Parts: sequence; structure tokens; C-alpha cells
Amino acid sequence: MLDDFFTRAILAGLGLALVAGPLGCFVVWRRMAYFGDSTAHAAILGVALALAFDISIYAGTLAVAVVMAVTVAALVSRGQAMDTMLGVLSHSALAFGLVAISFVPGARSDLSGYLFGDILAVGRSDLVLIWGGAALVLAVLMIRWQRLLTSSLNEELAMAVGIDPRVERLVLSLALAVVVALAIRVVGSLLISAMLIVPAAAARGWAGSPERMAAGAASIAAASVGLGLWTSLRLDSPAGPTIVTVAAIFFVASQILRRH
Amino acid sequence: MNALIQAEALTINRPDSAITVLDRVDFRISPGEIVTVVGPNGSGKSSLVRALLGHMPLAGGRVARRAGLRIGYVPQKVHVDTAIPMNVRRFLSLPRRVSDAEAEAALARTGVPGLGRRPLTQLSGGQFQRVLLARALLADPHLLVLDEPTQGLDQPGIVAFYQLIEEVRRQTGAAVLMVSHDLLVVMRSSDRVICLNGHVCCEGTPEHVSNAPEYRALFGAEAQGMLALYRHHHDHDHDGTVSGHVHGPGCDHDHGHA
Repeated sequence: MLDDFFTRAILAGLGLALVAGPLGCFVVWRRMAYFGDSTAHAAILGVALALAFDISIYAGTLAVAVVMAVTVAALVSRGQAMDTMLGVLSHSALAFGLVAISFVPGARSDLSGYLFGDILAVGRSDLVLIWGGAALVLAVLMIRWQRLLTSSLNEELAMAVGIDPRVERLVLSLALAVVVALAIRVVGSLLISAMLIVPAAAARGWAGSPERMAAGAASIAAASVGLGLWTSLRLDSPAGPTIVTVAAIFFVASQILRRH
Repeated sequence: MNALIQAEALTINRPDSAITVLDRVDFRISPGEIVTVVGPNGSGKSSLVRALLGHMPLAGGRVARRAGLRIGYVPQKVHVDTAIPMNVRRFLSLPRRVSDAEAEAALARTGVPGLGRRPLTQLSGGQFQRVLLARALLADPHLLVLDEPTQGLDQPGIVAFYQLIEEVRRQTGAAVLMVSHDLLVVMRSSDRVICLNGHVCCEGTPEHVSNAPEYRALFGAEAQGMLALYRHHHDHDHDGTVSGHVHGPGCDHDHGHA
């Protein structure tokens, strides 16, 4: 069954969707949308480094995304203007990455694969990494759910019960870095934050509780992967962007049928 | 040590600077006591509270909290983002999950029974403060810490809220530390008032503080008027009718004054 490229693509997409949904909720709740974007843009620098030093793409992106996440978390804790710092870091990292990648022989032609993903080229080892990483991040989110939720709702209320909001912020930043690294094959670095934000935003309209919103976001993300892949096969359109397009349609529908 | 919290020569600087916010403040609160901190904006009231709770680094002095002290804290201006779908019932279970019965009892005690299914963002200012208080009470605290709990409430809402605080203290025996701007009502419901302006200007019973020249200098003519009002108010306070203003289930007239 895993011999079929389409099956592997579906499985890779679903693995990502299951973790991107709930994690994306935190991105929406904490208004970290731009944060996800910066980490994702920095991933291109990771790809360049991975190609240059001949290490795994996942390792390269993860390393750069982690550095980025920790840097941003530290700057925010110090009270820097968040949007300015993110703008500087995010676009500098993307520019560095694109410049660096141009020096790697043969990589230039692959570039769009990393920017927009190449889900149909997912192999067995990719699947193991994606599902393993997704399970890890989901487990962390579940174990720390109450703490993460309290500190996302209000940091002062969290501190009052002995939760350190800086720790929770760092946990989320690292989780984000892992998911960005996992997603680079599936939807590419430019569309990762869409996979995080769009399903969560669509689920917001129907959800009455944080748990239902997380489950809803995971379902919408999974449905977008399924429908998106099927559509891209039918229309011969690029897979990653088609998945995000479907998610965007879900979002529009959710706005029209909004309950809460 | 009998005090719940005791601080000596507490000194706090503004974060990342040498500007002193609080200078050698002594503080203590005993079980069952209602202590209110008043002072102008920027006088260090919230900093004092945060330092007492251990949320803020000290530049000098020391704070001792009684071992095993349980604190219910309601911070100033709690802002809840509309991005998070959260009803009152779910909010009460953060971060410690509580049973439906516990949650409903806490809401009933603070005068907002049956609000469990309401989203947080659809509460009026007065309801939200009561929900925050209910959540703080779920920890079965020895000490309630309320930082400007009546901000944004109208006058009847403020009076009703302080009556509730006194009632809670009577029922649970918890001590209460409040920061407030509402001179009039504060004076009514406190055992002890601390007037703060970077240091302790004066401290004592409400009567004592309102007569102190330091207090009058700080609050000026307003304080004179307040004192008159305060006394006037006391004339009309009937024993045993502290909770004389009861809300029926269908009558929530502090709605909508967000």
C-alpha cells in the first residue's frame, strides 16, 4: 500500500494536519500568526544549509527554525516590538536563505519544491519522520494542555497559579519549529503558516470550547489535505497550494455559516 | 509567624532600570483581615501586589509568605481575547479541573449563578469580575488578592462588589488584600488602609487614614468630600443588611455596563 505515491502523500498530509490543527489554534489564540510566518521563512535558510553541508533537510530546517523560535521568544520576553522584530528576522532569514541556496550547485532548480512543497515525492522515511514528529508535538500539547491554555488566555492569571508564561511560550515556539520542519515537504515553507492558521480560523466560527476548536481545526486540515490532493490530481495543479486553497474555501464557508 | 504575608523594607525598581517604584515598604496582612492599598496612578500599588505574590524581582528587602499559603488572585484589567472560545464553566476549570457542582457553587456564592454556559466575552464588566472572583475562590484561598477589582464598574456595581467581598470574607474567613481607586467604598469595607505613593504615606484604620494630613495632601479636596460622604453613608448602613441588594434570577441589572 505504501508503494503508491498517492497513498504516501495522503498519509504525510494527514499526519501534518492532525498536529497543525491544534497547534494552529494556539497560533490564532495568541495572535502569533506572524510568528509562524517568520519561523517558516527561516526554514529556507535551513534548506540551504542542509544542501550545502549535505545533511537531512529536516535536520537543517529544524535547527534554523529552533534558533529562530528561541530568538523571537527571547526578544519578545525582553519587550521588543514584536511585529518589527519578526519582520526583520523573517525576511532577512528568507533573503539569506535564497542567497545561500544560489551558491549550492544544482539546488536552484529544486527551489520551488522547498518553497511550495513536493508532497507527491514523499518517501517512507519522510512518513516515519512526519508521523513521529507529529505524535511527539501532539503528546506535548496534550500533557501541557491546561497550562498552555491558561497562559494563552491570560499570562497574569497563569502566573498566579505558579505557571511561568515564558516556559509555555518557549514550548509553543519549539513545537512550532518542529512542525515547520515537518511540513517543508508537504506544503513547503511559504504555505506552512497557512496550514496552521487557516483551519484554526475556520474552526473558530463553530467552536464553543478550546477543545472543540482544536478538534475542528484538525478535522478541517485533514479534509483539506484529502480534498486538496484529490483535486490536484484531477486538475493537475500543484498539491501544496491546492490543499491550502481548499482550506481557504472551508474558511469562507465557516464565515458564512458562523455560529459563535 | 501569624501573618499570611509579611514584607520588610521592600524595594522595587522599574524593570531594566534603576528607577525606584517602591522604596522600603513594610507590609503585613493577618488572617481574616481586609487591607486596602490606595494611592495615585504610578504610586506602585500593583507593583507592591506583584512583589508580595512573588511575580516580580525585588531590588531590596524581603517577603515572607506563610508556608502552604493558598492565594486567590484577580489581576488588574484581565483582558480575554475573543480568539479563544471559552465559556464561564470551562474558564473555572483552568488550570485545575473542578466538578460541575463546585463550579456552580462558586458562581452562586459570587452572585452569578447559572452563567456557566455564557462565553466569557459576552459578560458585562460586573459579571466578569464576579466570575474572576468565583475562580479565585475555587482554590479555597487563605488570602484573596484583588487588583482594582471594580475598574470599569458603575457606582452601584462598585458598592455591590464590595458588599460581596465582605460577605465572602465572613463566609470563608479569607483575608483580602485589595488595590483600589474607589476611596469611598474602600473606606467602608476595609479594616486597614495603606496609602501608598512610592512609599507608605500613612496607614491605619479608615478613620485614621482619612484624617491624616498625608492622605489629604495626596487626594486633596476629593478626600474631604469623600470623608463627608463616607460618614453620611455610615449613618444609613443598617446592621445585618450588608447583602440587602439581592439579584433575582431574572433580574440582572448590572448587565451591559461593560
